[in-house]
Formats: sequence, C-alpha cells, structure tokens
Amino acid sequence: MKEAGKFGPYGGFFVPEILVPILEELETATLEARKDPAFQAELSNLLSNYAGRPTPLYFAGNLSRELGCKVYLKREDLLHGGAHKTNNTIGQGLLARRMGKKKLIAETGAGQHGVATALVGALLGMDVLIFMGAKDVERQQPNVQRMELFGAKVRPVESGSRSLKDAINETLRYWTEHVRDTFYVFGTAAGPHPYPMIVRDFQRIIGDEARAQILEREGKLPSAILACVGGGSNAIGMFTAFLADEGVRLIGVEPGGLGLETPFHGATLSKGSVGCLHGSLSYVLQDSYGQIHEAHSISAGLDYPGVGPEHAWLKDTERAEYSAITDEEALDAFRWLARSEGIIPALESAHAVAQAKKMKLRAEDILLINLSGRGDKDLSHVARCLEEKGK
Amino acid sequence: MKKSDRLEKLFSLSNKLFMPFLVIGDPDLETSLALSEGLIRGGADLLEFGIPFSDPPADGPVIQAADQRALLAGMDTDKAFEFLKKVRAKTEAPIALLLYYNLVFRYGVEEFYRRAAEVGVDAILIADLPVEEARSALEAAKKCGIAPIFIVSELTSQDRLDKILEEARGYLYLVARLGVTGQQKEVSGNLFEVIERLKKKSELRIFAGFGLSQPEQVREVLRLGADGAICGSAIVGRIEENLGDASAMVEAVEAFCREMKAATIS
Repeated sequence: MKEAGKFGPYGGFFVPEILVPILEELETATLEARKDPAFQAELSNLLSNYAGRPTPLYFAGNLSRELGCKVYLKREDLLHGGAHKTNNTIGQGLLARRMGKKKLIAETGAGQHGVATALVGALLGMDVLIFMGAKDVERQQPNVQRMELFGAKVRPVESGSRSLKDAINETLRYWTEHVRDTFYVFGTAAGPHPYPMIVRDFQRIIGDEARAQILEREGKLPSAILACVGGGSNAIGMFTAFLADEGVRLIGVEPGGLGLETPFHGATLSKGSVGCLHGSLSYVLQDSYGQIHEAHSISAGLDYPGVGPEHAWLKDTERAEYSAITDEEALDAFRWLARSEGIIPALESAHAVAQAKKMKLRAEDILLINLSGRGDKDLSHVARCLEEKGK
Repeated sequence: MKKSDRLEKLFSLSNKLFMPFLVIGDPDLETSLALSEGLIRGGADLLEFGIPFSDPPADGPVIQAADQRALLAGMDTDKAFEFLKKVRAKTEAPIALLLYYNLVFRYGVEEFYRRAAEVGVDAILIADLPVEEARSALEAAKKCGIAPIFIVSELTSQDRLDKILEEARGYLYLVARLGVTGQQKEVSGNLFEVIERLKKKSELRIFAGFGLSQPEQVREVLRLGADGAICGSAIVGRIEENLGDASAMVEAVEAFCREMKAATIS
C-alpha cells in the first residue's frame, strides 16, 4: 500500500492475506483516477446528467417556523436511486471498469446501496450480485424488487443477525473466492483502506455543494449540520467540506433503537468501544472479549455495530459530536416531515430530522440537515411498526 | 520445553507433517478436549486451534457454524487459555493458534501473547492481520518466544513476500486454494510454482491449508513440495455430523486424523 489509510489511530486494512493484493490494486487505481481528467469528466457528466446533481438545497419554511430558526434540507433524496448512495456507486463502478473487473458485488442494509449498485451495473453493463441480510430482505421488499428489475441477483444472508453486518461478512467471503474478476462496491465509509477514503471522496460532493449553496443563499455558514450515521457515508460526505469551518457544529445522529439504556441500539460511537471489524479499527459494539454484538434499529441502513474510522477520529478529536435518536423518535420525525413539508424521508434520514427537534435553538441559528434518502421504501415497514404499537 | 524448541525439534526430523484444526469449545469444552486427545492419538504432528469469533470473514460455513456452537456454549478467550493449558499437559506437540485480530486487540496484544506463551502456545496466526499492520503483535511475539505465522497466497506480490519473510518465523501458511476455509475437491493449479518461489526465498517449512479434505489432496500438496498439510473444515465437518454423540464424534475425528496423517507417509 502507498498509504496507511489511518485516521489518527483508526482505519488501516485488517484483512486476510488474499485480499491485500486486490486492495493495493484498488488503491493504485483510485490514486490514478483522481488525477485523470478523463475519469473525472466522465464521473462529473454521469453525476449531472444521469444522477441529477447538483441536488437542491431546500429552505424548509414550515419546519423553520415550528423550530424557530432557519432549517435547510440537502435533498439527496432527490438523487437518482433515491439516496446519496448513487454518488459512490457511479464512482466505484467507473473504478471497476478502469481495473478491468467484470462483476460487481455489494452488501446492502436498507437496500439503497444495493439499488445504487444495481443501477450502475445496468448502466455499465456489468453483472451484479447483492448480499442482503434475510431480515432486511423482509423489511425492505420494494428495494429488492428494484434491484432485480435492474438485473441484479439478490442473495439473502441467513448467518448471524441476518442484517447488514452479516451481509458484509458474506460479501467479503465471496470476494475472497472470486477476487480475480470481481469488484467489491463498498457502500459506506468503513471497511479496510482504501474504502473509507474512496467513499468519502465520492460522497464529499454533498458537502461541497451544500457549502456553496448555503453561502449563496445566506451569505454565511450554517450553525449546525445534522446527518444520520450508520456506517457514516452520508455524514462524512456532508462533514468533509466543513471540517475547517470551526464555527460549524457537526452532529452525527446514531440509531438509538429502543434506547441507549437497553442493549437494543446501533449507537456505536455513543456506546461502543475501540475494536476491529470488517477490516478497520474503529468503534464497535462488542463484549469485553471482542465478540461483536448485534445492533438494533428500526432502520435497516443504520442497523450496524461498526462505524467508519474517520468518524471515530472526529469523535475523539471532538470535531464532531454524536447523539442518538430512538426508533420511536425517528418514526415521529418520519411523519412530521411528511405532514409539514410533503417530503417522506428515509427512516435513516428521519433520525437526523428528529435530532433537530431536540436541540436548543435560537432564532439566528441556521440548521442544515442532510436528507440522505427518500422514504418510499419504508412505507410498509412503517405501517407495520405503527400497527404493532397500536397507534 | 521452550516454545520455539518444540517447533525446532519437530522440524529437525525431516518428516512430512500433518496439522489438524479444531475450534476451542466446539461443541463444548469437555468434548473439545476429548477431540484434541483423539487428534493426538490419531497422529497429529502439530495442533492448530481457533478461538471462536462472532464475525469470521475468512471462514466458510462449516467453521462459522463451529464458532457459533462454541460461543453459544459459553466460550471466551480466558476459557480458551485454560483449555490450552490442559492440552499442553497432555502433549509435547507444537500448538498453534489461528484467530481474528479483534480478540487479540481487545485482550491487549501484549497480554494475549504473554498468556498464550504461559499456557504453552508455540505459534500464532492472526487471520486478518497482514504484515503491514502487525508491528505490535510481532513485538509481543518476539518477547514471548512465540512464532508469528503468516499466510501467503499465489497473489502475494514479490515485494510483500519479502516483507513477510522478514518477519515470519516457525512456518509459512500457504493457501492451497484462493478463497475462504472449506472443503474442496481440488487444490489450486499453480501451487507448484508458488512453492518453488517460496523455497527459493526461504528456509521456513511450508504448510498448505484451505480446502484440504481428503488424503489424496494431502499427498498432492506434499508431492508439490509442501512440508506439511493443514486440515480444518473436514475435521469440523465430522464434529457437525456427530453432534449429540460425543464418543462417535471423537472416534470419527480420530479415524480421519489417522487417515490424513497416513497420507503424509505413503
């Protein structure tokens, strides 16, 4: 490797020997593509004309009136595919082609990364195989159907907690067996180096755009930025452009599940400890011997006991703060945004929206919320949850 | 006897060697100990033990299931060390550990190696710790006289091989087939070239593992130049087939070990 892939003490590449050569190859391709104007031009063209960038920065007037300050939504829900994931999959798809790989594999939680990988596979003419926890296949059916419509195969993962963590294990295993012709499109800013760097670099367009848009509209930077954090790709994509802006609070919102006082949550940074999972050193939910706990969240995309290593470093250095929102608060925010603005957020993004409600705000505050995805995929799941709660 | 001496003594005899693998605590600690004794009776030259991990990405379904059984039966790292102490009391065969980094990291790298040495472990292979990330583990291994084992595969570049050979002690673990652990019909086609390449560069013994499930495959990898064969999933598979009948399980594992060991001689 040319770089160590470290964020402070976190990150690195803790993988079986068989995978090290392919990660080296990927690092080389990434560093070359960064400097290749033809690659950048093709990426930029696809992001604009295929995926619909730039996404709008929407002044949410009704939310603003209710909260008593200015609230802006970065509309990644309007990106092709329905979530920010497409920024990354277009980039990695082009990298795969550049490396001469014929087949794309990916893990998916909520199915958004699976959908975004499947559509890029269709676009670039590559076979796609998606690993998805069996539990998530059940609760995110519409996305399974979309992936299949794009021609991807979806393989339900029955091992372990049958959710995102196990989907990643299974994708890593498959990759180890098929490393010569297969490209692993990693969905979040975690995993072994160079993935945290690759995913951040393809996602940072969210924050780059938002920063320019808010300066144009307000003539100043926001007071706080909110983004949900599972693995942390939409959050790191939003935060990166603002890291040097000391006055801007960066707030990552983790899934609080049934509550941080229970074992049923996915709040890795709030409640976890340092450990090594899926190829990098970061915070993880684990026992005192290092066995990984299952996470819990109403939102499949946040249901993960690990988190990207750069977030671990941002937490330790106190550049970003991390809070948690429960399943119930997220459900409330899901309906609140639908009723007040006519926008259905993904359950993942609803966590970030819910956080706004809990903050002490002043009239001069400007909140920027990353609306990372749309919630159409969640409708039947939400209906079931509400029914169970008897509301 | 000192740890490194056990490996050296074994290697000073020019035999071809067989190293079976068990997950500690699969299906439970007591049976696991009986299985180890069966392997010793079956002629194992070295013993390789896994400490179960909840999320083993280098392992196929058979060893994943073994990890789950052991964890459900209450296995943890301290119990594993107690177990190894008992095995050490019964044999002078070298003992190797194969496990994932998070278990070592969480225990404290230095403390893990110290404790391993104390209970008589001779070699440690951390499946997801490439040489580039291994500095603290290497220091601890050196301090405790434990051989740090590294995996090499046909994909390992010359540069990285050199780096690995600088640090590796004991023996090299050669992946006989690209992929995760599991039973396979065939070993990789270019194993011979890889072994030749390693022999030119290193004096270390070469053990081939991953996918070896039949005596014929043991003969083949040894014929291609390996010094030893490692077998995990096929052994663990025999545990799985005999769940609920400990004596049949021990018998099956011992018989299979004897068969595999015999293949290193004939």
